[in-house]
Amino acid sequence: MTKLKSLDDLRRLREELQKEVEARQGGETQIIVGMGTCGIAAGAREVMTAILEELARRNIKATVLQTGCIGMCEKEPLVDVVRPGEKRITYGHVTPRDVPRIIGEHVVNGRIVEDLVVGRAN
Amino acid sequence: MEELALHILDLVQNSLAAGATEVVIEIKEDAAGDLLIITIKDNGSGMDQEFVRRVLDPFTTTRTTRRVGLGLSLLAMAARQAGGDVQISSEKGKGTTVTATFGLRHWDRPPLGDVPATLVTVLAGAPKLDLIYRHTVDDRTFTFCTREVRRELGEVPINDPKVLTFLKRYLQEALTSLHGGGGVDEA
Repeated sequence: MTKLKSLDDLRRLREELQKEVEARQGGETQIIVGMGTCGIAAGAREVMTAILEELARRNIKATVLQTGCIGMCEKEPLVDVVRPGEKRITYGHVTPRDVPRIIGEHVVNGRIVEDLVVGRAN
Repeated sequence: MEELALHILDLVQNSLAAGATEVVIEIKEDAAGDLLIITIKDNGSGMDQEFVRRVLDPFTTTRTTRRVGLGLSLLAMAARQAGGDVQISSEKGKGTTVTATFGLRHWDRPPLGDVPATLVTVLAGAPKLDLIYRHTVDDRTFTFCTREVRRELGEVPINDPKVLTFLKRYLQEALTSLHGGGGVDEA
């Protein structure tokens, strides 16, 4: 393999993140993105990268997961947010532009972004 | 699918659903031969020969909830429209290899698209996956291997958003360089 050109940068990042890993207490919010064929065709990859960039930019600790097709293909891209001890909220037709609002309002402040909700589950 | 990179993401999701722990993605761009070859090889559960024969049929799937499986048939359609085809070899218990060929300069070939976004999306969902990505443009090759990255990261998970954002930028720079600094796609 070609050596990572920015290996020093990666090592610096590791040192920075190592402290955060040690300080992490668990019980993080989960963000789940539908990544079936329907989700991918509808733009789930762009939503996923927007979520990663927003979490990195705001230094928010959350667990990002993926799931396959759940049968709501017409509402893809789908993003679930599960805050510890709270209902699972499913957002539909999510675009990268919606991501800062979902992260800022729901993940950080616990306020559900009602106009994007397509499902709720315990 | 608008990009070949989205087909790649879709196929790797199949590999993960089949329990693969290692996936090798190879892209070869051969200007002299006017050929683009994408190969995805996994060590997942594989398929028996009878299933392989039917797998490009959109109504063939292992899923029990709905009897459609569009991913491979969409890829085959894209390849055939661009003067190529799809070949699948698989062995039960050993894994599957999917090879798609395209006319590199064919008018109807979808662009390769955002491969770095596809790779980090895979890693976001499968941080323990041994992913090897090899991209050859004529006589130049770039290789990316997550085993090496994880070794450097130690206890820091590869799916930390800051790590993935870093890797996406790194891959974008590497692929731009591979293409002579002129962009990721030559289509």
